[in-house]
Amino acid sequence: MTSRRFTYADGPSAEPMLTLGRTTSIPALLTKIIFLGLVLGLAVAIVPALISMRSWTMLAILVITVIAVFTIYTTRHCVPAKYLFPGTFFLVLFLLVPVIYTIQISTTNFGDGTRASKSETVSSIVSASVVRDDSLPTYTMSIGVSRHGDTTDDYVLLLVNSTTGRTYLGTTDRLSLMPTAQVTVKKGRIVAAKGYRILTAEQVNNAGDAITGMSVPVNAGKGVAIHTSGISSAYTGTENLVYDSSADTITDRSTGDVYSPRMVNGRYLFVDPQGRAVSQRSWLSSVGLANYTSLFTDSSIRGQLLTTSLWTLFFAVFSVAGTFLAGLLIALLFDEPRMIGRKVYRSLMVVPYAVPTFIGFLIWSTFFNKDFGLVNQLTGLHLDWFGNASLAKIAVRTANLWAGIPYMFLISTGALQSLPADVVEAARVDGARPIRLFFQIKMPLLLVSVAPLLVSSFAFNFNNYNAIALMTQGGPFSSDGSLFGGTDILISGIYRLAFGGSGARFGLAAAVSVLLFFITALMAIIQFRYTRKLEEIL
Amino acid sequence: MQRSILDARRHLPHVRNGMEIPRGTAWWRQIGWRHVVGIGVLGFMLFPVLYVVSASFNPLGSIAGGSLIPRSFTLEFYRTMVNGSKYPFMRWYGNTLLVALVVAACEVMFSTMAAYSFSRLRFRGRRGGLLSVLLVQMFPQFLSAVALFTMMSQLGRVLPGFGLNTLTGYALILMGGTMGNVWLMKGFFDSIPHEIDEAAEIDGAGHVTIFVKVLLPLVTPILAVNFLLTFIHVIGEYMLAAIFLTDDKVKTLAVGLYGIIEGDQSGNLGLFCAGSILLCIPVVLLFLYLQKYITSGMTAGAVKS
Repeated sequence: MTSRRFTYADGPSAEPMLTLGRTTSIPALLTKIIFLGLVLGLAVAIVPALISMRSWTMLAILVITVIAVFTIYTTRHCVPAKYLFPGTFFLVLFLLVPVIYTIQISTTNFGDGTRASKSETVSSIVSASVVRDDSLPTYTMSIGVSRHGDTTDDYVLLLVNSTTGRTYLGTTDRLSLMPTAQVTVKKGRIVAAKGYRILTAEQVNNAGDAITGMSVPVNAGKGVAIHTSGISSAYTGTENLVYDSSADTITDRSTGDVYSPRMVNGRYLFVDPQGRAVSQRSWLSSVGLANYTSLFTDSSIRGQLLTTSLWTLFFAVFSVAGTFLAGLLIALLFDEPRMIGRKVYRSLMVVPYAVPTFIGFLIWSTFFNKDFGLVNQLTGLHLDWFGNASLAKIAVRTANLWAGIPYMFLISTGALQSLPADVVEAARVDGARPIRLFFQIKMPLLLVSVAPLLVSSFAFNFNNYNAIALMTQGGPFSSDGSLFGGTDILISGIYRLAFGGSGARFGLAAAVSVLLFFITALMAIIQFRYTRKLEEIL
Repeated sequence: MQRSILDARRHLPHVRNGMEIPRGTAWWRQIGWRHVVGIGVLGFMLFPVLYVVSASFNPLGSIAGGSLIPRSFTLEFYRTMVNGSKYPFMRWYGNTLLVALVVAACEVMFSTMAAYSFSRLRFRGRRGGLLSVLLVQMFPQFLSAVALFTMMSQLGRVLPGFGLNTLTGYALILMGGTMGNVWLMKGFFDSIPHEIDEAAEIDGAGHVTIFVKVLLPLVTPILAVNFLLTFIHVIGEYMLAAIFLTDDKVKTLAVGLYGIIEGDQSGNLGLFCAGSILLCIPVVLLFLYLQKYITSGMTAGAVKS
């Protein structure tokens, strides 16, 4: 029976490679043509934007994708690929690529204050050092946008010299004279210019940094440039700092101090030999394995990481063991064919499973509220459930128990019902009493069938961000500025490192993520082992 | 005489559906206690659900100091949510359904296609491919949040409709998980005898015909289950939505309702509960309707026949 399988993939073909495959019916052919047309059309539409943005990586991905689509769907070869491509495409792009990218980020110092590239940082340090020179001309200013450009980022300054009244065009490269014939000046300001659209004050305001940060070099060698001042005037100033790209140093013109890049607390800064930094601005750079070493050697981080890992482990073990035990017992409770209304009980048991998780957790978090929460009211206690780490942990575990029981009940019920009836019956005939029947026959069979599900449930709870984020947000937090809160599991700690209020540390967060990838992979491998054993048994 | 007949009947076991139902203490010992414990368990499990229902109708907005059954009744919270006077609830509802429908539809389509290929076609790397899909699927997307965030902000600069704070971008990210139920679906395809498609092949059917016309009709119930499970999963997805959907216009209900209750835990409870009920009703009904398939579907991956 197994010898004859589909062999389209290696069947010899007399047809040319590029055909529309086996598609013969008109609707199928049309679907195929429309689909391929859409892919090609979309790709062609995106390419110009990608080229103008210089996103070569994305362009490469796009080209490879289009080639792959056409090779797979226009030839009669690679039949399995035709079925695997769509899901795999998204799996690779939005699951696998981010994993690889995370590994890459974990070797950098990416975070708040280190988002910009080095050249961006240098130019912002230099342009921040401008000193106004009153002996040089001032201008009234209008902002123009090229009529031909497709992107609105190409702003130009349209300037009128306040003393001479001559008109100029200033770009980020140079200042050039603008013939009076090409401009209309009203009340000392340019109100129209050939080839440019003048922005209104509101539009200038909305453009924000793109305009306020603009400067027009006049004498680049001496750092003299025109800078904007507000939205309608400009002045000439001198940059006090100058960057020497060959020596990679910044020099202070007035004092002659020389600053060069050096790593300070995981960030590069331009510092002088005495260690004084010219600016606190830093940039994105590779730090090798520094994030990992700080996880394991920095005593404050290491201790917290260890406590958080242990709690994560405990939380996952407790969640799986607790919910499975409860779910199994409830399944056994209703596993009595003589019981009236069994179906109703079972249906109602599953209702919480259909309620979206976030609703359940949010309601439980109101139950544990200190002031008006139901738990305090019913028990007459006045406990601050979320103000104390141990109490908060109890609250989180209770809510997660509630959320997890229906699933365990479902799979236990399913597994009980699909136990091989002949084996159970044989044991009964042999005179096994109900308790022995359960522990020696039913339970081992049941465990074998649910073991993989228990492992994946463990992996799920290990990374159960919802339970923590919606109940406690990881709190309570101690006042000593620790990275992790009292109920934080690893994944919610990562979230805080990356997106939390006080300074994003993407690099460090990515390093913890990579650590979790390894743990998750380990659990996956254990699960595969179980699954394989299971396949051998059944 | 009469009395003795009654006595005799009392000691005869009651029979229902061919099963002996004991009476008296034996009934309590064997069956009755199950009802008692069962009602207790259901009480714990259903209490939060009933609480939400009750609070949504209670003019106090909570059951603080009151009973589970509200003393007075109001539809005010439902009205506020539906007419959108305080929050763009209907918009969030629409956003949620749209994303969930699109992602669930793609998930069903992609998972089924891949499962067919893994179950029926023989090619090099089949087992390796199946295992890799399973392994990669186990990494929570949320762990790569930083990378995804950077990727999406770059994508948004090229295609503004797909960047941060767009439903399309968010849906795209969720599409990364559309191979999630391949294992489940493959189990189902495996349980269909190969003779069926072999017969179709001999009749000259190509792989598309076998897939669409022969096999798909046989797996329809599991397609429905697969759709529903993904649908519920997307509706309840909070983690990524909280990062990628921060603008009021593009929020899904998970982030929107979270914002309502976090804004004022006591004052907004009624609104939150009314919103939750409006979301839950269709989902719970669908779920109960398909429950039979869901139970068998979830164990199918593990319990093979």
